[in-house]
Amino acid sequence: MIKLVKEIDLNEAYAALQHEEAGGISLFIGTVRNHTPGKSGVMQLDFEGYEPMALKEMEKIASEARNKWPIKQLVMIHALGEKKVGESVVLIGTSTAHRSDSFASCRFLIDELKNSVPIWKKEHFEDQTVWVNAHP
Amino acid sequence: MNIRLFGITKDIIGAESLQVPNDLSIHTVRDLKHWLYAKYPDIKSLKALAVAVDHGYAEDGDKLSPGNEIALIPPVSGG
Repeated sequence: MIKLVKEIDLNEAYAALQHEEAGGISLFIGTVRNHTPGKSGVMQLDFEGYEPMALKEMEKIASEARNKWPIKQLVMIHALGEKKVGESVVLIGTSTAHRSDSFASCRFLIDELKNSVPIWKKEHFEDQTVWVNAHP
Repeated sequence: MNIRLFGITKDIIGAESLQVPNDLSIHTVRDLKHWLYAKYPDIKSLKALAVAVDHGYAEDGDKLSPGNEIALIPPVSGG
């Protein structure tokens, strides 16, 4: 299951990860925190995505992960739009026969997503807005 | 040639998309970047700038044609 949504549905993702040959499921959920290095008071984040390309990149990363680990089920979901502190913005999950493969593949998927998937986050503070990671 | 803009490139250029005149002889990703850096110097202060052609990352030497879907990809920050 690979998709872009407004709200992440944890139950739907968990159901999609079920597999009778799986001995373990790893889930990573990224959430909005209230501070950024050197600045506190993040009030809200806006996520923008280049949707067709983002989905294509997510499919590519998923297929790399499937080549590296014996994955039974795989979920990559990213939310777009406005998100408040504490809300979920990304959910990654894999189910595998053994736990080491699910931990490793889950880590790979979120690391690669952050590297290459065309999604951008804008932080809203009380006094300014900042596109995250844009400048050195 | 129409270029789709995302993230901070929309703020720098001040629009949702950018029309590149056909008479500028911009034929490759490299040509496009050089033209953008000259016209919008703030783009040079970004950590990086990638160009996507037909929903995939393009190399500097890749050719551009009016039939392609072209987009500017500033540093990503999903997750």
